[in-house]
Amino acid sequence: MLGFLARRILIAIPTVILISVFVFTLQKLLPGDPVLAMAGEERDPEVLAFLREKYRLNDPLYMQYFHWIGGVLQGDLGISLRTRQPVLTLIGEKLPVTIQLAVMALIIAVFIGVPTGILSAYRKGTWIDWLANIVALSGLSIPNFWLGIMLILLVSVNLGWLPASGYAPLSEDPLRSIQTMIMPAFVLGTGLAATLMRHTRSAMLGVLKSDYVRTARAKGLNERVVILKHALRNALVPIVTVATLLFGELLAGAVLTEQIFTIPGFGKLVVDAVFNRDYAVVQGIVLCTAVAFIAMNILADAAYRILNPRMRDT
Amino acid sequence: MSALSDTAGIAPGPQKRMKSRVWAKFRRNPSALLGAVLVAFFVCVALLAPVLPVPGPLETDWLAVRKPPSAAHPFGTDEIGRDVLSRMIWGAQASLMAGVVSVFIALLLGIPLGVAAGYRRGWTDAAISRVTEALLAAPFLILAIALAAFLGPSLTNAMIAIGLSAMPAFIRLARGQTLSVMTEDYVESARAIGLTDLAIIRRYILPNIFPPLLVQATLTVATAIIAEASLSFLGLGQQPPAPSWGSMLNIAKNFLEQAPWMAMWPGIAIFLVVLGFNLLGDGLRDALDPRET
Repeated sequence: MLGFLARRILIAIPTVILISVFVFTLQKLLPGDPVLAMAGEERDPEVLAFLREKYRLNDPLYMQYFHWIGGVLQGDLGISLRTRQPVLTLIGEKLPVTIQLAVMALIIAVFIGVPTGILSAYRKGTWIDWLANIVALSGLSIPNFWLGIMLILLVSVNLGWLPASGYAPLSEDPLRSIQTMIMPAFVLGTGLAATLMRHTRSAMLGVLKSDYVRTARAKGLNERVVILKHALRNALVPIVTVATLLFGELLAGAVLTEQIFTIPGFGKLVVDAVFNRDYAVVQGIVLCTAVAFIAMNILADAAYRILNPRMRDT
Repeated sequence: MSALSDTAGIAPGPQKRMKSRVWAKFRRNPSALLGAVLVAFFVCVALLAPVLPVPGPLETDWLAVRKPPSAAHPFGTDEIGRDVLSRMIWGAQASLMAGVVSVFIALLLGIPLGVAAGYRRGWTDAAISRVTEALLAAPFLILAIALAAFLGPSLTNAMIAIGLSAMPAFIRLARGQTLSVMTEDYVESARAIGLTDLAIIRRYILPNIFPPLLVQATLTVATAIIAEASLSFLGLGQQPPAPSWGSMLNIAKNFLEQAPWMAMWPGIAIFLVVLGFNLLGDGLRDALDPRET
């Protein structure tokens, strides 16, 4: 396993380098002068020149890249041009919020998607299967920002059950934290639940046809034991890998969900940074997201090998 | 293996039979037909927008600000008295165009690169594959937001951003399918009789990789429509006052209590058109899959 991990990490290095080049180049091509944005009302040429010098914006592009990547390797993602805080600190502040949202969304997705997928596969070809498929496809087709708006209208404005926006840290006020996060997590979780449902159904259909399930049934085992113990355990292999790979979708979904519910997380940070032309923050966020996504891919591969003994020798 | 790989180089008779078999399978699938009807409906609405008997999408009526649905305004009016139905109809043009054009951009760039990687292999493949992996590592929407921000907020730039973000998936698919087709005997035979690379790609590779690409393209139109709506919602797509479903939602969220209908219709339209493309894509996949009976 260690050899496998080392190989996967080595293969990932050129990809990470390419991402860093891409992210850096892209942000440098953004319209607008970051120094003017940073200086605000101040238009003194000396101040502008000082700021350009300070942030090495006069250096050739490749020198700026090497300077930037050298810092990145030491954990320095630069300073936010707007808030003057280190990018890593900003990400570190916002990330727990988005992680809480993502974990809650994933729990909701698993609780909806996996049982529905099992039921749909077990009742293949019946109206239950048809309905579950239509619901799953609808879940994939609903824009989550619109679902968020409609839920705010129904649950917050009309019924007054939950707050429409806001955030409380889990460590400070757990009840308030869950109250403010449950609706965004549901919005984010529904699309993922649909994806999980489709994968669970497909995996279960494959497993239900297998010899060992037929043998378990022939032995006269209770149907629930056959489904939950024999079939689901094997079907879980692709489901776990898919759930790991949903990480990217979770982060992308969080961008819009956090905007609608005014949650001060990673997604809101990226939108604010884009609108404020905060190059360093956008660079840091896209780079961190991509590296985390690659890490999740490696973890998914590792989980697949751990869960599937036949893969261990390859 | 591609769904049509066993049909390359064969006589027109069996190919025609296969097409009618695909069509027969598609027709028997009610979900696929529902998808086709939904897509056709929205395409008709978008195309007929200029001749439909509705007020102009930019016409304001200050005496009818935020009016609920009525006979005069079946979908109500917005915050400056514009007819929501009219803006929905014209917004369909923006959404469908964004979906189709961005997928066209992704196909236009993705297919040549994917086929080149799969056909040439070696360094070409390694270079294209590494770049593709790098692009795939950034989540689709985050990449589209970053690109849209770089290009500047407009519908055209949103389409380019979405197309470029969707491109890596097509490169990977085209590469994989090309590699698969390359192992077929008819490609070997074509080489043996001295056909040029371009002729082999045109006659044997492209027709055989087409079906899975068509399915992927249909499903990506759905994703692209949601992405355009998302970018417009964030202010990075279609710019006001031009109508688009995403930008209508962006404004509507500020008037949820006073005019909920402003938020309802654009969302329902996005949902239906995306559902249509998803059902159509799933139906095409089932119809083109030779294993499905």
